[in-house]
Amino acid sequence: MGGAVDGLNVVVPHGEPAYYDARPTIAIGRMGADGGLIDLDGHFGLHPALAPLESQWRDGTLAFVHACGSPDPTRSHFDAQDFMESGTPGIKSTQDGWLNRALAAIPGTHGPTEALSLGPTLPRILSGKAPVANIALGRAAERPMPMDRPVIEAAFDRLYAGNDSISRAYRDGREARMRLMSELTQDMAQANGGAPSPQGFSDDTDRLARLIGRDPTIRVAFMALGGWDTHVSEGAANGQLAGHLKPLGEGLASLAKQLGPSYQDTVILVISDFGRTMHENGNGGTDHGHGNVMWVMGGPVKGGKVYGKWPGLSPGSLYQERDLAITTDFREPIAAVLRSHMQFSDAQIDRVFPGRPRSTGNVDGLIKV
Amino acid sequence: MVESAEESKRDRILHVLNRLGFGPRPGDFERVSAMGPERYVQEQLHPESIAIPGDLTERVNQYRTIHMSPIALFVEYQRPIMEARRDARAESGGDKVAIKDATKDLRIQQRIVMREAVEARMMRAIEGPRQLQEVMTAFWFNHFNIFAGKGLDNIWTGVFEETAIRPHTMGKFRTLLGAIAHHPAMLFYLDNWQNTAPGSAGSKGKFEGINENYARELMELHTLGVNGGYSQADVIALAHILTGSGLPRGGGGGGGGHRRPGAAGMQGAGMAGFFPFMRRRQNFRRPGAAPVDPSGFNFDAQRHDFSSKNFLGHEIEGGGIAEGEHALDILATSAATAKHLSFKLAQYFVADDPPKALVSRIADRYLATDGEIRAVLETMLTSAEFRDPRYYGAKFKTPYEYVVSCVRATGVPIRNYRPLYGTMQILGMPLYGCQTPNGYANTQDAWLNPGAMMTRLSFATALGSGNLPLENPPFEEDAGGGAMRREPAAVPRNGGGKVNIKFDTGPHGPKMTPPDPAQLAATLGDYFSPSTASAVEASPTQLRAPLILGSPEFMKR
Repeated sequence: MGGAVDGLNVVVPHGEPAYYDARPTIAIGRMGADGGLIDLDGHFGLHPALAPLESQWRDGTLAFVHACGSPDPTRSHFDAQDFMESGTPGIKSTQDGWLNRALAAIPGTHGPTEALSLGPTLPRILSGKAPVANIALGRAAERPMPMDRPVIEAAFDRLYAGNDSISRAYRDGREARMRLMSELTQDMAQANGGAPSPQGFSDDTDRLARLIGRDPTIRVAFMALGGWDTHVSEGAANGQLAGHLKPLGEGLASLAKQLGPSYQDTVILVISDFGRTMHENGNGGTDHGHGNVMWVMGGPVKGGKVYGKWPGLSPGSLYQERDLAITTDFREPIAAVLRSHMQFSDAQIDRVFPGRPRSTGNVDGLIKV
Repeated sequence: MVESAEESKRDRILHVLNRLGFGPRPGDFERVSAMGPERYVQEQLHPESIAIPGDLTERVNQYRTIHMSPIALFVEYQRPIMEARRDARAESGGDKVAIKDATKDLRIQQRIVMREAVEARMMRAIEGPRQLQEVMTAFWFNHFNIFAGKGLDNIWTGVFEETAIRPHTMGKFRTLLGAIAHHPAMLFYLDNWQNTAPGSAGSKGKFEGINENYARELMELHTLGVNGGYSQADVIALAHILTGSGLPRGGGGGGGGHRRPGAAGMQGAGMAGFFPFMRRRQNFRRPGAAPVDPSGFNFDAQRHDFSSKNFLGHEIEGGGIAEGEHALDILATSAATAKHLSFKLAQYFVADDPPKALVSRIADRYLATDGEIRAVLETMLTSAEFRDPRYYGAKFKTPYEYVVSCVRATGVPIRNYRPLYGTMQILGMPLYGCQTPNGYANTQDAWLNPGAMMTRLSFATALGSGNLPLENPPFEEDAGGGAMRREPAAVPRNGGGKVNIKFDTGPHGPKMTPPDPAQLAATLGDYFSPSTASAVEASPTQLRAPLILGSPEFMKR
């Protein structure tokens, strides 16, 4: 979630009066109120626009880690997001992304569709040695292209036979496209008559679910969603943030459903660069902050619980007296997924997150062993 | 392999055509060859000395909306939508579908504003002889990026580029920075129009406190750079300095009646109360209020913090709008700014990882000339580093550069730009569609990926085989039978998703003249590697132009 989502309005600490004091116009109302939140555990509540995910919370496959984030103090989106994706906060020289390092840490050869990115450019998190396939967003992903015609392909094959980076990208693209297009077209014929969902994000998550269901070699997938930088008119139960959360919640619920049995073996992480100020600003929005909430969802998750150590919102416990503090480094829940879900050893995890901080124990039990 | 003198001259000519512009058009290679690349560089550094063909000027002038004032654009294209919305709301009792239906045609009419902005930019990039000016316009727009999908910037992006950027691309950086800081498109995009001194007379409703957004990006992105030596306290100080810099609104400082927080999104719906003429339909302004500046800039003293500030170690005395000018002076003359801008320029013109000595030399030139962009460019473009053959062809083209250079090389006339900006959108670089203020990257890691190669080669195939509807009339009538077609949005509000570009011939017959492969190769100076040359020769004639446009050489500049 690029642009820093306001985690305090996603998983709301409704048990803290300070929350309501700090946000006279954008606080999410208590449960029962019109547009009120969905209570999670008596202290935290979920933004009402995320109602589609309530069933995952109830069936124990959705968890949150609150007061989580990157320890780097930057309030620059671009640096913060860079650190989240490189997995090395404060170190700008890291070339690759942590998700690519995680793939590379898995022994054996790597196929062209092991990592899948939805979108026209490769995100930093997936850049690195292991091959990554990308497909377009929306309907463009399934539209035939001249490159699908064998005679044209054969002609370009001769141009890109070398071992330079452009030739390698070409060959990865060709192989991945062949494979993914055949999966998608087969599936289209027998599924829903090809009617795409009206919601852009659900459309993409449905396509992703179909691909994961049909192609067992896909290990990781990534998608970026922007539009969270709510400096003005953030809104509460309705408004800008709600308008962005709703399709996200619907898309994730739909993904869970469409994955079918694969959901039992999938972990979905929703991460944002940093949180936003506890106090709303003068324009009904929030400015760049620090701690945030991470979402963890899927069959292997021991959900129905808000993990982390809650630092509180009293002036003394805020980061620089303005933002939610961070008590759990964002690498810790990811390391838990790598360890318990992907069966990584500590040494492998160290390659993914070199110099990671020692475990706090805040997310123990997050992933079923 | 040792190059002949002739090859090395050819490569030098291509280098200046590729870096100072968007690659050769038919005839360019011969022209630069005759005048010499050094003179070409000098000529491009003085765009005013280059004549623009009369018919190009005429066609650009036909794009009416890029020459209108922000206020005139608002009155013609935004106000009717707001009025229709208000009336429909009253009539339907707030029914959302009815409100949407009532404004639909007006919203489609409004799309002409973005289409004209996109076409005016691309037309000049493709056909304009002042190529460096076109490159610098794109460069500075990207440096001071705004997103056309955000609210009022849907009508103001074109005029922002035309008036705040284009005239200042090679002048003093301070002038450019000032023009941006006074343009409503930027003040809207980075929310400064709402930035208000807490407790000030004008502090009310949505104008109730500090908004740090513009202050932060002004330092992080526009001037000093992220490690440019400023602190969070400086961000807050600058935000206070910039309080009250915004858009015109009702006189008296109280704003309008539309102040329910959260009621209006960022889509411009809440503007009604802030433009005086929105509240009094008969008059453009309240009696007694100052006339509305057509530029769309307004400094609201009642929302300004007049106390003294400490900013970057300077004491800035409370003085209203002058404080902002003082702050811009400090930022524009900072060594951190010189370094940040120099790095970005060298990265664009020389290499993804530009030589440090060059960056530092042009930063010195910046400081010595009080930030004169032309001088900085001259030092860079005549440097040994820029002329070093190791950097020839070292830059992987961005989608914009790739699409524009393809069309330039073929020399095909364009009546319909949609296949071009649609392709840029599929490639992840919709023109004016970058949501975040950092703009698009211009490095290879940002743009080279497997999916992009498939799309680029599909575009090259379609263009090279004459299968793009580039000569069709754009929207007025359908090429088939003259039926009206509705104009689609040039820049999507959500930054992507619904692109409808087909790279294959549709049912309506020929759409463009296919480029001649031999002429295309000559335009590009026949600069192909032996393996590309033999692959092209071994292919059927109709695939030769696609292969040239899709060759590894042509992916780079």
